[in-house]
Amino acid sequence: MTTGKILAKYEYQPAKIEKGYANQTLYINLSDRTIKAKPVTEQMKQIFTGGRGFGLWYLWNAVSGDTKWNDPENEIIIAGGPICGITQYPGSGKAAVVTLSPLTGCPIDNNVGGYFAPLLKFSGWDALEIQGKADKDVIIFIDGNKGLVTIEEADEGHDDTHLIAEELTEKYADSEEDKRNISVVSSGRGAENTLIGILNVSFYDVKRKAVRVKQAGRGGSGTVFRDKKIKAIIVKYKGVTGDSNNPADKEKIINAAIRLHREIFELDKLQNRMREVGTAHLVGIMNDYDLLPVMNFQYGSHPDAVKITSEVFREKYFTQNVPDNCWHGCSLSCAKAVDNYEVKTGPYKGQKVCVDAAEYETIAAVASNCGIFDPEYVIEANFYCDTYGLDTISFGNIVGFAMECYERGIINKEITGGLELKFGNAEAALELLHQMGRGEGFGEIAGQGVKRLREYIIEKTGADPAFLRDISMEVKGLEVSMYVSKESLAQQGGYAFANKGPQHDEAWLIFMDMVNKQIPTFEDKAEALHYFPVFRTWFSLQGLCKLPWNDIIPADNAITNEPHKIPAHVQNYVDIFTGVTGKNITREELLLQSERVFNFQRIFNLKMGRGTREYDRPPFRLMGPATKEEYESRAERYDKQLKELGYDIEGKTTEEKMTMLRQYRESQFEKLVDAVYKRRGWDKNGVPTLETVKKLGIDFPDVVELISRYRE
Amino acid sequence: MKMVKAKPELCTGCGACMIACSKALYKVEDPAKSAIRVKEKPGTGVKYEIAVCNHCGECIPICSVEAVYRAKNGAVRIDHGKCVGCYMCVGFCPHNAIFVHRDINETIKCIACGSCVKACPTGAIYMEEIN
Repeated sequence: MTTGKILAKYEYQPAKIEKGYANQTLYINLSDRTIKAKPVTEQMKQIFTGGRGFGLWYLWNAVSGDTKWNDPENEIIIAGGPICGITQYPGSGKAAVVTLSPLTGCPIDNNVGGYFAPLLKFSGWDALEIQGKADKDVIIFIDGNKGLVTIEEADEGHDDTHLIAEELTEKYADSEEDKRNISVVSSGRGAENTLIGILNVSFYDVKRKAVRVKQAGRGGSGTVFRDKKIKAIIVKYKGVTGDSNNPADKEKIINAAIRLHREIFELDKLQNRMREVGTAHLVGIMNDYDLLPVMNFQYGSHPDAVKITSEVFREKYFTQNVPDNCWHGCSLSCAKAVDNYEVKTGPYKGQKVCVDAAEYETIAAVASNCGIFDPEYVIEANFYCDTYGLDTISFGNIVGFAMECYERGIINKEITGGLELKFGNAEAALELLHQMGRGEGFGEIAGQGVKRLREYIIEKTGADPAFLRDISMEVKGLEVSMYVSKESLAQQGGYAFANKGPQHDEAWLIFMDMVNKQIPTFEDKAEALHYFPVFRTWFSLQGLCKLPWNDIIPADNAITNEPHKIPAHVQNYVDIFTGVTGKNITREELLLQSERVFNFQRIFNLKMGRGTREYDRPPFRLMGPATKEEYESRAERYDKQLKELGYDIEGKTTEEKMTMLRQYRESQFEKLVDAVYKRRGWDKNGVPTLETVKKLGIDFPDVVELISRYRE
Repeated sequence: MKMVKAKPELCTGCGACMIACSKALYKVEDPAKSAIRVKEKPGTGVKYEIAVCNHCGECIPICSVEAVYRAKNGAVRIDHGKCVGCYMCVGFCPHNAIFVHRDINETIKCIACGSCVKACPTGAIYMEEIN
């Protein structure tokens, strides 16, 4: 990319990091090219902690309830958090990305790896806050050693991430050695042409000598990025050491870190084998437990799923015995890659590339959910989704939904522009992907997401809106991540209530509920749907990854009081937070940090005109069998359940039994909503009560005014 | 190469090796900064255990920044210019023979210099040629 004229320049004295904070935020307005430092106040640290908390707070102050995702006042905030950047504890290099989502109209948050957030902080910034829109493509460059920020013209050059990130790493690094000091945030042409755009955050893999990328995948943050005409953001900082975060008590961090490294060394090979196959180990497990989305979530398993399990990827594709971490010190090392993959289709056909492939969510979304069971198609689709800047989860949902509509005769080739969208047609799925990249044909329509595609189909075909709602796997406008929740009431809630939309990072309870049966009663489920979403929010306040919490488990975990919470690892988090910040916190205070931000995000949804009970309603397919075929595929289970509930099913048709089951499951779901809202301190409409916001210390005048409008 | 080997049954736990090592590596006399560690072993029989790197090299592929390498003389060494102090090699050492100290960013690891051997009054540690 030829970076041209410097449009704006800002020189600064890089702040020294004190106990995990730089105490400054870099604010950039692309409309008027303002670049300035904003103080991070003690109050911000106290109430919002960092990361996602800072992102939501800045965004709250930047937008009104009428702001749309593509209005200039919408922002993209990228922030690590106080723990972000320590090199010792696994999973400590994450960035939270916050913006108003084009899919949901509400704040979306993503938690993404790569080196950007640590290098940004060590360059003197806790957060990067970008507002406004450039009139033509720009890049933003932050040099943390020189203390220099520039906005530069970028009107020529590559359109897609794998080339952009590589070229800019080459350009801004002084030498091969220096490449590890660069991180590039970029997206691709698909992010421009759809609403499911992602941000790719790079790091340089010194072993492979390759630029690699991790994804802020959900909710269209890449679309906002390209709408602001940002081609790339580059941060450069040389000098990372184990003390760069200047922690208050390093010993506390070291002890926890070495304990965890040791556990991973001894136990990962016996547990999830993250170091060998990453999250792909889940494919086989989910298929075995009938939880793997197959053909638009109709089914939970498929005989051909054996073709896309981690064993296949490990044997034939994933490079072994390389430390695949996305920030220093992550010995869990789940960021697997396929090296020297020769691209088979599209504009990069014939190129040999290193693909960050493939995680569980991607395999399930692009493959089994579309009835495709071909590992090389997974790698191809993964490569193009990443480089075009498209969310693999949303993409897989869109294709699965379109394929089901096609198979049921709801849409035809006239609608799809000639694509034969039958389940299993990998060629058609890839063509749709390339169309999304180019913003052409049916791809342009489908790229608007499942919700808008459904509305389009209803308008064009007159199809039954109620049925299409039942089978379109989105809540709040965001596509569902990859777990079949039909038989787990707690997971239905986990998806449906999630602040940002149905992403499992907020509450993944399916095993706890359905397999391990640890939360049988409504009260148990409500408690889990209070505790876990709150607890899991904490990672994104700190710059941490969730995986080292429960994807590796201490040998003696089973004999603890609350094994599902992994108490020893929670204690590690208490220790490293205290070690970094010097603030002695308890486990309860850890949760309180999260609960504040969690409730604030809920209230933010209210500000955007959503966020009430009606927006927490899932499509029926999340709760049970939406079609005859689904019922019959699990008839034994459903018949048994109806009999146990006292329904007389003798001589009843499948349709009649479906109606009974639906009535029952919907009533259960409503009971769950009541129980969870109560436990969370919300009213029956899902609005946090005045008492709750006061207790949490987020009773700002505008918050109080907002929730009072909803008072029953 | 020559590497440090131990006969723990001869060890008296005097700690001279640790003093010599920390002096060689960091110019201080501080057992907590030594790359060889003598620990009391509870129970009967041999009273002490001696942990020191045997240069097996298992830690080399663990390092993601290529700071751990095999030097020309065969010893496994840490490039302090590259090491970011992540301590993955510490947790993944099969012999628990890599150490840390809060004031030192990089890991503390034997460089096979032989200072500890020279300091040992009983011959509990010695240098042995290995391939």
